[in-house]
Amino acid sequence: MASIALQRVSKTFHNGQVAVRDVTLDIADGELLVLLGPSGSGKSTVLRLIAGLEIPTSGRITIDGGDVTRVPPQHRDLAMVFQSYALYPHKSVRENLAFGLRMRHLDAARVAARVNATAAALGIEALLDRRPAQLSGGQRQRVALGRAIVREPRAFLFDEPLSNLDPVLRVATRAELAVLHRRLSATMVYVTHDQEEAMTLGTRIAVMRDGAIEQVAPALEVYHQPANTFVARFVGSPAMNLWTCASSRIEGRVRLASRALSIEIEDTGAAVPDGIGVSVGVRPHDIDMVPHGQGDGAGRIEVVETLGSTTVVHLRVDGSPDELVRVIVPADTPMAADQVTGFRLRRDRLHLFDARTGRRLAGDSVRRP
Amino acid sequence: MMPPPPATAGGSWRRDEARFAWALALPALGVIGLVALFPIAWTVWESLHLHDLRMPWLGRPFVGVANYAEAMTDARFLDALAHTAGFVAATVTLEMSAGLVLALALDRLARARGLIRTAVLLPWAIPTVVAALAWRFIFESPGGVANAALVRLGMAPPTWFADAAAAWIPLVLADVWKTTPFVALLLLAGLQNIDRSLHDAAAIDGAGPWQQFRQITLPLLAPALLVAFLFRALDAFRVFDVVYVMTGGGPGSATETIAIYTFTVIMQHLRFGFGSALSVIVFAVAFLFALAGIRLLGGRAFEDRPS
Amino acid sequence: MKVQAWPLVTILLVGAILFPLYWVAIASLTPEGRLFAQPTLVPDALVLDHYRALFGERDFWTPVRNSLVVAGATTAFCVALGAVCAYALARLRFRGKAAILALVLAVSMFPQISIVSPLYLVLRELRLLNTYPGLVLPYLTFAMPLTIWLLVGFFRQLPPELEEAGLMDGAGRLRTLWDIILPLSWPGIATAAILTFLYSWNEFLFALSFTLGPERHTVPVAITLFRGQYQVPWGQILAAAMVATVPVAALALAAQRRIIAGLTSGAVKG
Repeated sequence: MASIALQRVSKTFHNGQVAVRDVTLDIADGELLVLLGPSGSGKSTVLRLIAGLEIPTSGRITIDGGDVTRVPPQHRDLAMVFQSYALYPHKSVRENLAFGLRMRHLDAARVAARVNATAAALGIEALLDRRPAQLSGGQRQRVALGRAIVREPRAFLFDEPLSNLDPVLRVATRAELAVLHRRLSATMVYVTHDQEEAMTLGTRIAVMRDGAIEQVAPALEVYHQPANTFVARFVGSPAMNLWTCASSRIEGRVRLASRALSIEIEDTGAAVPDGIGVSVGVRPHDIDMVPHGQGDGAGRIEVVETLGSTTVVHLRVDGSPDELVRVIVPADTPMAADQVTGFRLRRDRLHLFDARTGRRLAGDSVRRP
Repeated sequence: MMPPPPATAGGSWRRDEARFAWALALPALGVIGLVALFPIAWTVWESLHLHDLRMPWLGRPFVGVANYAEAMTDARFLDALAHTAGFVAATVTLEMSAGLVLALALDRLARARGLIRTAVLLPWAIPTVVAALAWRFIFESPGGVANAALVRLGMAPPTWFADAAAAWIPLVLADVWKTTPFVALLLLAGLQNIDRSLHDAAAIDGAGPWQQFRQITLPLLAPALLVAFLFRALDAFRVFDVVYVMTGGGPGSATETIAIYTFTVIMQHLRFGFGSALSVIVFAVAFLFALAGIRLLGGRAFEDRPS
Repeated sequence: MKVQAWPLVTILLVGAILFPLYWVAIASLTPEGRLFAQPTLVPDALVLDHYRALFGERDFWTPVRNSLVVAGATTAFCVALGAVCAYALARLRFRGKAAILALVLAVSMFPQISIVSPLYLVLRELRLLNTYPGLVLPYLTFAMPLTIWLLVGFFRQLPPELEEAGLMDGAGRLRTLWDIILPLSWPGIATAAILTFLYSWNEFLFALSFTLGPERHTVPVAITLFRGQYQVPWGQILAAAMVATVPVAALALAAQRRIIAGLTSGAVKG
């Protein structure tokens, strides 16, 4: 397995579109790094740059320390699982699996042995003589996976491999991929826009926006200590609630106030500058419903979404009529639309960001779990 | 596992890819250059010379634009131009109208689609000479079936191919018969690209069939109509086969088109210089049509995915 | 228009389209004397005299053979050279692509008459007049751009991930083309081949100009040059016309879907 590194890599397409801006990324040997972001964030382009399917406009790409920026994809010894699987339609499953090995001039016996072993491991031996057109979506996905595994490459590249599967199959395959990663101790780079996939699979997550990396960190760190408001709202579902407040100091405590709410927290240092706008973020799980009049703010319940195990309540908050606040409450809480209620933010779960730049403010009161 | 990747000598593998691409493309492009580009360049060059194969002792002197000047005052050339313009106008109008009606009819077909489309395709598929001969036979005087039918209807048909004006009718009919299918199929493809639900929505909104045709079908079909119009106009301008076989340009030179006259000048009069000038004129007009066509097809036809 | 009118319109139009062919077919089987006397819609006597004369006295086999050879050779050349050229234009990255595509399209719009004279002179110099190569080469003028244009459109429709998967698997560009793209391309190549054959079989002007004698005349030229002793031998002419029609009609019948798809994709000129 190999480590992969991108050093100040940029990619601008011929039509002027800047897909990747000055990205520096180090992927350690054996880790599963997830590139997470909305469409247009450049995550697929980064993957294709690593694969060699695109050439960087500037910067260097190294695999195991060796510069591969000028090496074409067929010589990089990486395997890629495409979103559309890209199985060769005119070849049988067996031939699809064997193709990469034949390109490397392995003898027929070794090829057959590896193909059979991989097929067995993935449970697709029965399909070996079929054509891709005769397979279901899930089966094709396995063949695509098998085609990558059988080659024993230096690293695996995944381009949204689960997005064409139905939700049930997606969750099951996700777990299998996690097991696969552990079993092979393989270096994997995984592109997705689904933050749930990112959280469950990634050793580390690189959150991307507009061609740049917003944050690279282990999953829980991205969740609990998002580097800016974009990451905070992108990771975690339902999205984090954000309020823009003005800050002031009063008797050793910091007061954050907006028209919707007003809270006071301990003054833990100089991190919250006086007078500037502060975005206060709180995840829906970390808000408690309290009787009207008590708590940090109040509002009217507009929508109640019962999901079975939990319930998502959408509040129209007094003082900030434009945005709905989302609160997650246990399923059996008595709740009705149009009911007025108060809400309280858990002080140990507040995220503070600079309202102007979106950057996380140090010294906030969120404790690490 | 894997041997270390070979260092590509010098620059990026983009150059290798470009070299590979040129290796693939050059044979075909070379052929095109040889049999198309080189000849057209020669024609232009030749048009600036006097080159009469009947009088080889005159050599091949450079005469500048003398040939073009002669063409501008050549009555026969101007006649041919007029004939061609009339032919283009008549055939394109008829083909577009009949093609549109046929396309609409084919669009509404519920059954036997393949069979009828094949039947419609036949006139396009057969050689032009066959079409010309078939229609010549039909209009042949005195015993052709067209005359028989007209007499039955109480009319006195002319001797078609001996009459300077009447000879155009079988010509136009033959060309329209042969090429309407192509127009119809082109328009049919355009029709089938129009979302059905647009018509449904219009119907719910209270639009009748004629209104739907004017407000939805026609505007959305406009690109296909334009493309069909341009290509047909271009082809009608270049017409040769059907005229040569059916009337030979006659009677006299009454049905002589530009291409026929140019051919006569070159292959019969053996005046290659003058004939080349005529060829260039034909080429220039065709080029204008082609430019318009390329503009219409849009730059998209020549672009790739961003890379 | 009332809904019921459309089937009537269709029948009328299709009837008008098929009538001339029907008429020619019937006429080719009608005795010479009866050809211009009281034509009836449904014939009462059919004879094979004209066909027998065509292949017996006139040796129509030679033009048929010439047409087959020329059309076949043109098709083979075009497909072989044009397919790989089209692939390069469709999929590989290099400079000048847009200009080349525009050039190819422009060449396909050349009026044939405009290049007859230089081609004639060149072929005369190379002593290729009245030979097979002397016809195939000029035919490439219109056949090659047509093939390239068609196949570029076709290749562009193939998912690019297929080639990328091939690259990731370690196959070089040539391997990818040979092992992955070409096997998948046969529908497009078949369409290009059919259309090229059709156009070559039907071609008239170049064949008229560059063949000098009956030993190399193609079918369209041979028919036009039929001469009778005393009058125009209409019976034989029409029989020859039917023979000229049969191959291309069969092609149209067999491959109408492909042909129509090819014609209406990317605005192939008629």
